[in-house]
Formats: sequence, C-alpha cells, structure tokens
Amino acid sequence: MAGKIGVYFDLENIGGGLDVEGLAAQVRDKWADLTPVVKVVPLLAGAIAEISEDITAQGLDGVLLCGASPRVDGELYRFPVQVEYVNLRELCVQAYKNPDNSPVDKNNAPALLSLMARDYVNMGVVKLQKSAVPDSAAITTVPRVLVIGGGWTGLTAALEAAATGYEVVLVEKSAQLGGAASNIPMGSPLKSPWTDKEATCVSGKIAAVTENDKITVYCNAVMQKLEGQPGEFTASIATEKGTVTVQVGAAVLATGWKPLEDKYLASMGLGEDPRVVHAAEFGKMLAADQVTARRIAFVLDTTMAEEAVRKAAEDAAEAATGEEAAAPAAEEGETKSFVKEDLESIKHLRYSNVVNSVGMLRLANTVCEKTDDATQAFILYKDMTVPGILERFYKQMQDRLGVMMTKADVTDIRDAGSHMVVECKNTLLGMDFDLDVDMVVLPTGLVPTTAKEVTVGFDYRQGPDFPDLALFDGFADSNYICFPYETRRTGVYAAGCVRQPLTMDACEEDARGAVLKAIQCIEAAGHGVAVHPRSGDLSYPVFNFVRCTQCKRCTEECPFGALDDDEKGTPKPNPARCRRCGTCFGACPERVISFANYNIDQIGSMIREVQVPKDFKSEGPRILILACENDAYPALDMAGARGKSWSPYCRVIPVRCLGSVNAIWVSDAMSKGFDGVMLLGCKYGDDYQCHFVKGSEICNRRKENIAETLNRLGVQPERVEQMEVAIDEYDKVPDLIDGFVARITAMGPNPFKGM
Amino acid sequence: MSNAILVVGGGFAGLTAAIEAAELGHDVYIVEKTPWLGGRVAQLNKYFPKLCPPSCGLEIQFQRIRKNPRIKCLTMAEVTGLSGSKGDYTVTVRLAPRGTAAHNVDFSLLASSLEGETPSEFELGLSGRKALYKSMPFAYPARYVLDPSTLSKSDAARVAGNKFLSLDEKEREIELKVGAIVVATGWKPYDVTRLENLGAGSVKNCVSNMQLERLASPFGPTGGRIVRPSDRRAPTNVAFVQCAGSRDQNHLNYCSYICCMASLKQSLYIAEQYPETHVTIYYIDLRAPGRYVNVLDKVKALPNVSLVKGKVANAVQAEGDRVRLTVEDAVRGEKLTLDYDLVVLATGMQPSLAGDKLPLPLPLDEEGFIAGGEEAGIFAAGCAYMPLDVTRTAQSGTAAALKAVQTVKGR
Repeated sequence: MAGKIGVYFDLENIGGGLDVEGLAAQVRDKWADLTPVVKVVPLLAGAIAEISEDITAQGLDGVLLCGASPRVDGELYRFPVQVEYVNLRELCVQAYKNPDNSPVDKNNAPALLSLMARDYVNMGVVKLQKSAVPDSAAITTVPRVLVIGGGWTGLTAALEAAATGYEVVLVEKSAQLGGAASNIPMGSPLKSPWTDKEATCVSGKIAAVTENDKITVYCNAVMQKLEGQPGEFTASIATEKGTVTVQVGAAVLATGWKPLEDKYLASMGLGEDPRVVHAAEFGKMLAADQVTARRIAFVLDTTMAEEAVRKAAEDAAEAATGEEAAAPAAEEGETKSFVKEDLESIKHLRYSNVVNSVGMLRLANTVCEKTDDATQAFILYKDMTVPGILERFYKQMQDRLGVMMTKADVTDIRDAGSHMVVECKNTLLGMDFDLDVDMVVLPTGLVPTTAKEVTVGFDYRQGPDFPDLALFDGFADSNYICFPYETRRTGVYAAGCVRQPLTMDACEEDARGAVLKAIQCIEAAGHGVAVHPRSGDLSYPVFNFVRCTQCKRCTEECPFGALDDDEKGTPKPNPARCRRCGTCFGACPERVISFANYNIDQIGSMIREVQVPKDFKSEGPRILILACENDAYPALDMAGARGKSWSPYCRVIPVRCLGSVNAIWVSDAMSKGFDGVMLLGCKYGDDYQCHFVKGSEICNRRKENIAETLNRLGVQPERVEQMEVAIDEYDKVPDLIDGFVARITAMGPNPFKGM
Repeated sequence: MSNAILVVGGGFAGLTAAIEAAELGHDVYIVEKTPWLGGRVAQLNKYFPKLCPPSCGLEIQFQRIRKNPRIKCLTMAEVTGLSGSKGDYTVTVRLAPRGTAAHNVDFSLLASSLEGETPSEFELGLSGRKALYKSMPFAYPARYVLDPSTLSKSDAARVAGNKFLSLDEKEREIELKVGAIVVATGWKPYDVTRLENLGAGSVKNCVSNMQLERLASPFGPTGGRIVRPSDRRAPTNVAFVQCAGSRDQNHLNYCSYICCMASLKQSLYIAEQYPETHVTIYYIDLRAPGRYVNVLDKVKALPNVSLVKGKVANAVQAEGDRVRLTVEDAVRGEKLTLDYDLVVLATGMQPSLAGDKLPLPLPLDEEGFIAGGEEAGIFAAGCAYMPLDVTRTAQSGTAAALKAVQTVKGR
C-alpha cells in the first residue's frame, strides 16, 4: 500500500481552463499526510529529475502523474516506485462536452469539467493508496525443455533449444526419430533460392540430436501427464521400461499429424482400388522404388469427395430425425468425465492445400526424373495453392518433360479394367476429357494429432487437453493473428503441423519460434513475472482461504487453467501459469482473491471516490464505465484525442479485462448512487478479440446474475449494460456512451440515490 | 563483445523480434526509417481471417515496449555503417531531425491551422498531410513530426517560437554496440506505374489494394467509407485484378502470398458497406492457404461476389471516370470487355531492399529478398525474407529472435 504519494500536475498538458492549482490544493486538503508532495509543474517531461529527487528526499513510495494519457510517454516515467496516471487530458478535458452541447469555454473550465477532474484525481490517489508492490513469486526453474514429438519440427526444436543452452527431453511415440519426414529424402526447398527440390537430410538431424549431450531421447514413449507449472513442470513419460518422471521448465508440442482416414476419399477410390493412393503413401512408394505406373494422375481437386461426405452427412441427419438430439457438449472447465472428442473431418483435406500442392509438384517431378521422363504425370487442380516464394519452385517443378498440368474439375474416377479413367471437366484445354492412367494420387489430409488424441495429458483441474481445439478444427493453434504462439496452457507451445499444415521450411521456423517462447516462459517464471500479454507483471492472485467457500467458480473460469483444487474444492494457484487477467477475482462471490496492485477494494474505493450529486434533475446522472484497458480504454483515449466527446456524467475506470469485473463493483456503484454502469470490452464469440480469451464472454454470462441481483434490490437491470467495442471504433464509442446515458436519463434516478 | 541485438525495421516482424528478445533479457535497439513503429500493418484496416483491427495487436506490442526498459526505439533512423564481426559489431545509425520535442505534445490544433499540404506517404497519395503531422491515432512514439520542407511562409510564422518545435534541428549520427542483427526491413507495394497495361497509375478510380485499405480505414482519408476517389461516390460495381505485378517474369517473379486473401477480405468490406454492390475477382489461382479456405467459402457464399478465373489484359479509362477492363476468361475461353466504377489492383509486395542497399554484409537474391547472412550473425525476418502474411511474419520474427539470442548468448 502506497503511504507516501507524490502527486504531480503537468500544467502544459492539462489545459481546458482547469484550475490546476485548485486541484492541487484539493489534494493537499483531502489527502494530507498521504500526499506529502503535491506539485504543479510547468512540464512533466521536464520534471523527471525533480520527481526522482523527491522520491529519495521525501521517501515517496508512489507517484501520481496527472496530465496526458498513460498511453503517451509512458517510457519516460520509469521510477523505482509505483507509478499511476490520471488521464486529465484525453479522457477529461478533450472528451468533455457540455450536457446541452453548447460550446465549451476553453479558458474557464465549466463546473462539470472541474468536478470530473477532481473525481479522477481523487480516484487516482486512492488507486495508488490501495496498490502495493507485489512480493516476488519467483521460483527456482529447471532449464530444460520438453519436446513432444521427434519428427522434423521436434528434432529442429530439440537442436535449437540445446543450441540456446537448455537441456532437452525429447519424447517420440514410435521406435525411431524422424517422423513423416523420414519418407521424404528430397523435399521442397528449405532456403533461398527456393527453386529446387532439396535433400532433407533427416538422418543428419537425427544424428545431431542423438549425439548432443544436452538432449535425452525417449523413443517408443508417450506423455502420460504434465503437472505443475512453467519453470517446474513434472512430466511423466510412459516408456518401454516403465514410467519416467522428469522435471522440465516448458514444453514444445510437435506431435505432427496423421493422414486423413481413407474413408473420406472412398468416393474417389481411396481404399477401394489399390491403384489409388494418397500423396504421403505415394511418397513412401517412390522412396522405396515401388512405383511402376507410367501414367499417373495427381488429383488436387477433391470436390467429389467433399460432396459425397456432405451428402452422406445429410442422409444420416435425415435418418436420425426423430431420434434424440445428441447431448450437448460438456461446459468448458468441467472435468467429471473427460472424453476425447474426435475432431477429424474432411475439412482437413482442404486445410492441407499448400502442403499438397507443393507436395504433388515435387512428387510428379521426382517420378519423371527417376524414370528418365518415361513417366507422364498429370497434375489436375482447381487452384494451385503454392503461395509466396514457392512460386519459384512451382515453375521449376512443372518445367519437366512429362509433367503436365491443367485446371480441371475431376468429376469421376473409375476402374476401366486395365487402367483407371479420370473424368476432367472445365479444363483450360478448351474441352472436357477422360484421362487414362495407371495410378491416381490423391491429396493427403493432414489431421493434427491433437484432433485425435490427448497429446500432453495436463494434470490440470480443467482437464488433460487443450481447451480450444474444436474452434480450430483440432489444431493446437492460437486464435491471434499477431500472436501465433499464444496458448491457453502457459508454458506449452505448439509448432509444426500440429499447429497448422506447414511446408518443411516453415516447420523449422515454427520450431524456433516455439523454442523461444518456451525458454522465455522458463525465464519469466524464474523472475516471477507474467508472460504475454502482461509481460513483466510481477503481480499474481493471492487467496484468503479462510473465507473461501469452495464454490469452484475461479477454478472453472480461469481461461488459462492456472488454478487446480484439492478434494474439497479449495483452489490451488499456480502463479507461473497465471496471466494476471483477474478473471478469478471477477468470479469470486466471497471476494477472497486479490492482486497486490489490483484488487476488489481498490476499484471499489475508486468508485466511492466519485462525488455523486443527490439531485439527478439539476446535476445530472452519474454513469460508471468499466473499460477493458487493452482495447476499450485505448479506443476512448483515441476518441478524446481525436476531438470526440461524450457525456460529462461518465467516469471511466480501466480494468485489466472485463473478466476481472466483480459484481460487487456494480453494487458499490449502485449504492453510491450511480445511475448506470457500462461494461465496455472486446468482441467475443468464435472470432474473439479478448486478449485473455474469455474475459468479455464470461463477463456477459455473469451479467445475468448481476441482473437478477439488481432485480431483487428493485433496481432495473437495464441500468447495467455490456457493450463490445473494437480498438478502432474510437469514432463510434462516444455515440454508444451517449446512447446509454440517454437511456439512463430517461429511466430517471437510481432508487438508491442519496440513501 | 556485446549481448545487445539490433533490429532493423520496426514493422511487425521487427517489433516481434525485438520484444521477444528483450523479454528474454536482451538489450535491443529498433532502428526504424519512418517516424513511427508498426510498418505496413499500421496502414491496414483489418486483418484476414478474423477481420480484426491491426491496432489491437500493435497496442499490446507498444505496451510491451513502454514497460520494457531494455528496448530502445530509434525512429527516423537508418543504419549507415557497420564494422566489427559477429558478436562484436559497431553500427552507425543516422537520425534524421524530427523537429518536435522528445515528449508528447498535442499539436493537433496547430497542425490543423497550417496551410501547406503535401501528399501523404502514409495515405498513399489519397490525401495530403500538413508540415506538422502524426499519421495515425495510435502512433508510437506518440509524437508529431515537423517537416520544414513542406512549410509555407505563413506556416513558418505559425510554428516559429513554439518552444516544442525546432526548425533547425540537425541530423546526427550515433554508434551502437551489438552482437547480432535482425533485418526486418519489410516490403513496399509494387510500383503501379510500371504496370503499363493496367494504366500505370493514371486511370482514375483504379486504386491499389493498399489504397483500398486506407479508404476502408476509420482514420483514413474518407473516415472508412469506400468510395471512388474521383467523386467520392459509392461504387455499384467493383473489380479486383489479382496478380497485378506478381507471378510475372517482367515484374515480380513470385507470388506475393497475401493478395488473394486481401481481395477476399476487401470484398467482405464492400459487401458490409454496400450489400447491393457487385464485386468480381479476376484471378489466376485463388490462393487461400490452409484454414483460410474458410474465408474463401464465406466470400463464395455472398450473393453479389463473383470469382472468375481469368487474367486481366488491360485497364483503360472509360466514360464517367469508370474503368474498362479487358479480361480473358480462362475457362470459357472468352475475351470480355467490362466497365467498373472502381477497380482494385491487387498489387504485390516487393522487398524494401529491392533496388536499395543496406550497409550490411547481406546477400540479396535477384528480387531483393535476403538470401543468407546467418554465418555473420545477421538474420532475416518477415517479408524481407519472403512474402508472408502477418501470422507467418510474427512466427518469422520470433524465430529470428531466437537465432539472434543464440548468437549473443554467453558473450
């Protein structure tokens, strides 16, 4: 708790005709000993040395900077004590408008603006007063990376982690290392100039791994479970010689893929006729010199199979009408009876379009090359999906006698006795034709192992599997475009084809990226700080177990599965898994969870610092806006800076995530006399933008409970609204706010006002 | 010997590499040529496939930078010299004058009072900018730039005497000691003036895909309304010309990776703003890599979007400032001549280093992509290495950070 706060007003950057000296005097009066230093400085950026001196001379343990937004110049104000900002410029002066929309006097602040500024300053002081420097949650970490999967990606990850100075435990399911890459002696290019087939030298990678002192390899081994937290996980590995347990700091998941089952391509002859194979099988045959066919169709268009599967599904659905609908999927977080859902589907075929387009070109070229161009290879495609630099490879591969390519809709593949017939329509050759071939090669669907099996076996309360797999059709992927290594299981980073179908060069790169994140996570745990997005945050949730009623809401709602529990249901926190979003304390009805620098009392106290006038009619309503600091708050900040304004009756409090909003804050606001509460957060749903994955969605769910509570108290539940706002909706958000204020105004005062 | 890392380029690849390395405990310098970080991504309206705003991810990256004292950002900066060797480089960096104070000042009123205007690089010529400017609301660093060369006489009088502006700041050079270098110099849109058959940039209402991003952006020249630049009218029919420069030996001898997805995304923008407007995409191959096929399916389901396999042979001006396209429909074998209100050229990405040279021992291929350098402790990331989308760029930046960390570790 800060007990000696220096308050600094940035005269240059406040403006609006505010009586800054008056604001300072108010602080001295009201907070007295808590704020031994209260200064109005001509320019904050010019007062950095002065502030540093005050910190030492006065023994300050916190500084409150009142002026421009914390989003500007934050890097200038790094002091060895807690720093808080009061955004008097963007969120107060610039966002201010008169309730009747009359012009604002820029030289003499209107009374409402002065009230707003005073509220924000007092809220800032109390925020800092209720904030403490967290104790360190640093742990002694194990500098060892677990790599699950010994294929191309896993081998690369193991070598890269070792090259960075970390020990590695590599777990491979089969008897040998190498995985699918073992069947590809010559692969697509791995480096510039990106033109030709390239020897993959898998055996070289295997040898390097085997010879490396830092790497321990377990073959014929699978993960049994992973328990603990980043920096100090315990991995139990089932090996031929029994279970091995090993301490690891973090993990890279590189379990790769399995080929899509033949049944999905049965309509195109796969599994029905031995002359029809999929590309990965063909690659193996080619490597073993088993291909005798001399006219081969490489068919990339699989519309036929997709149609057949779709139709079969429709028929099945029709047959099932009248039967009981399937039981709904278990709610997230429930562990009672975990059943692995098989997420394999024909979708995986198209998702593998790049790997197959590149692969078919390579295979067609190779088979022609091997037979001195005595083979005719026909590549039939809808779209050659060879994006980017691999266009060069595309050109080189088709430039071979024997390789013939055309766009074609393949409408039938049939047995004609001595040969097969591939029916081609809408080709670029100006006609439809039947192609007679000895063999048909179909694409391989890369089905991520995570779609079929539990790969890591998390010994977590929320279950052994990754939580979002269905959303990504079974891939262990991130939902974020900017942050491909984001994971809901902190410390475990997927790479390679288990994350998305990738060519071999991209798998190598992905392995490096995942290794960096893994070792970064180990180091973060060693320093007791959070990883992305609140990188470096020292705080973590602290539980007052005396009052815990074992309701399990926190353990169920944590988006990152950071909380385990004991038999009774008492939460067991794992700080190194925690991402500091505060969803746990948002969930807690008993308010037993807090962060040293972010807690229920702190925000509640800020709410109580707002001076709510008794007379709604003459002095207007008061509206509390709890805004997500990642997107909604910057949107408001930019709105102000862009000259947009909104009702002066609002007070904005940034929150770490809407998931951290506790219902008590709404009650606090209502009993204080606020007339409405607006919850401003990110979009949710499948394309969620919440940086903590579920925060805004969870908040919306909780809102129903809040509504019930309000109803019981005789307060209209419409007084609390949640709205989704994206960070770039700065020009729309003022209207959202004003619309809400208008609805509240029409509703009249909160019945609790003045009580 | 130094365990610091230099990152050349502050676009998404460079930002990622810098932040990831710094969060692993390394000192990092970002040297960015333009006045702000964010690169090409900052110009985009939305990302595919989620149609989420890029400033959302940038906000997080900038927060990470603000909190991390290990990261030093040098903007309006260019590497001018390098000496030493892997693990022990001395880099010379030239800093151009910014003309504004080293802290945030709200110059919005002063800036809007200025008269002089020059075409905005950031808005790709679709609008002008003042001599005192900040191109984006989320700019990092959050500081204006004063460009004395575009000040009119009366403007000069307006800015004179402002204590936070300087008209005579000089460029300066500094030296940095680093052990490894990540080169993330990114890409530039292919120069449309070279596409003579497509009007060479002189046909009205024939814009590039990056210009369309600016037209759709809430802080762009039209506040996000997609209109014809000539008369600001809503278009009733729009065509996209894929591979405008890409996959063409005379221009870019590769596929630019993102243009198919960009056009699909942009057709979603148009469908959202004008559900009645007809959109046609002319393509050679529609490349929707991996799970992006779901975006392709979403676009295919739109009632007013047509996808036509065919190469656009040329674009000329037609009456009413419309654009006349000659198209060869590859499947039907027909030659079509059609007029559109608005035509979008899906121009490709050219590496920024094409036709340029960094003073680094870095081999480039004939197109300007980086083709080596690892043995010297110099690692390419993002689109300086190959054309990539944002996710792959972030992957690439993270991977390059690891290689740089390995190079300096334990030194």
